[in-house]
Amino acid sequence: MAHDHDHADHDHDHDHSHPASELSPMELRVRALESVLVEKGYVDPAALDALIETYETKVGPHNGARVVARAWVDPAFRAHLMADATAAMRELGIGGRGGEHMVVVANTPEEHNLVVCTLCSCYPWPVLGLPPVWYKSPPYRSRAVIEPRAVLAEFGVTLPADQRIRVWDSTAELRYMVLPMRPAGTEGLDEAALAALVTRDAMIGTGLPRTPERNA
Amino acid sequence: MNGGQDLGGMHGFGPVAPEADEPRFHAPWEKRVFGLAMAMGFTGTWNLDASRAAREALPPGEYLTSSYYAIWFKALARQVEAHGLATADELASGTVSTPALPVKRVLRGEAVARLFAGGFPSDRPVATPARFAPGERVRARRINPAGHTRLPRYVRGQVGTVEAVHGSFVFPDTNANLAGEAPQWLYTVRFAGRDLWGDAAEAGHAVSVNAFESYLDPVDPEPAA
Repeated sequence: MAHDHDHADHDHDHDHSHPASELSPMELRVRALESVLVEKGYVDPAALDALIETYETKVGPHNGARVVARAWVDPAFRAHLMADATAAMRELGIGGRGGEHMVVVANTPEEHNLVVCTLCSCYPWPVLGLPPVWYKSPPYRSRAVIEPRAVLAEFGVTLPADQRIRVWDSTAELRYMVLPMRPAGTEGLDEAALAALVTRDAMIGTGLPRTPERNA
Repeated sequence: MNGGQDLGGMHGFGPVAPEADEPRFHAPWEKRVFGLAMAMGFTGTWNLDASRAAREALPPGEYLTSSYYAIWFKALARQVEAHGLATADELASGTVSTPALPVKRVLRGEAVARLFAGGFPSDRPVATPARFAPGERVRARRINPAGHTRLPRYVRGQVGTVEAVHGSFVFPDTNANLAGEAPQWLYTVRFAGRDLWGDAAEAGHAVSVNAFESYLDPVDPEPAA
């Protein structure tokens, strides 16, 4: 098969060598589509492998966490990030497809930010990777704009009643990342330790950063 | 279009269900669909807006009961067939029986890292100045196009405030039909939760969308109290 390859890290689910009779109807239909597109020369199998590898293993929330940690320790970077997020992220070597036009929105004690795409699944790929299923699914997409506090409660997040909630519906090609507030008690931590506190959900707005373990 | 994709404010879908340690893909075929959609998009036979339009064109009942990558697969297969790149028989059998059509470009494996790290910007210059400025009140138009649009139903007819002018960008409503990029100014418009949802709004809640200029009408300033 044209796209046979060896990915030792995920060969458990790479079942292209199984007999067709074991494959699901979807697997068979997708295989047929792929075979035709490759054979007709529209798709280079090596490009498929490179795309999958890139977005399965390389691009993910660790990128966004680096951006957040840098913004927490470097006021000049933070100012640049808030003024031109795309350019500031490029300074860290972060950017590309799905994040061509980045906007960073900063949480404050007065206002918490929450990002959604009610119309599809717009999500800042270069900083967060591909979105989780819940982000793309009807419950989140329908409810984030009308009852964000109830949605946050389902993520275990309860905000002070006087902290406003600002929801950003990603209806164009701007992509939003939330800059969470730096947790208390992190004054002694270096950038790498700070980045480890920054979760994916904290950068969507459905979560808050972890707090450092005592004695860490 | 007023399709199954326009979900803002709907009820009845139940709780959000985050999955612990969620994998990027939940089945091998999802990876292939993702890669195929990216690679076919690169051929330039259609564009990102057209792909979104193809997904939204699924009947609402089907859209809402299909998994995310199943929606991508169905839309991609339709696009391939609609543009004559392959026949329904070929897609059903996996066996090629008609000649390939020329495409503008093919994504090569060695080019993926560079191209996708560079991205595909959608800002474009326009000759006219922006019509609205930050602080201005605007009303989202009551439009109901049968084709693709990025103005969600829940803000149509509602009054909000321009917060930012972002420059000019490809206009999805025309681009999705392959009818031209027709760039327009793009704004962030902020709406008070109460104005969108009435008494159902939570306290201290605001929602913003990114709205193209032709989605908006000016509103006379509120008379001073």
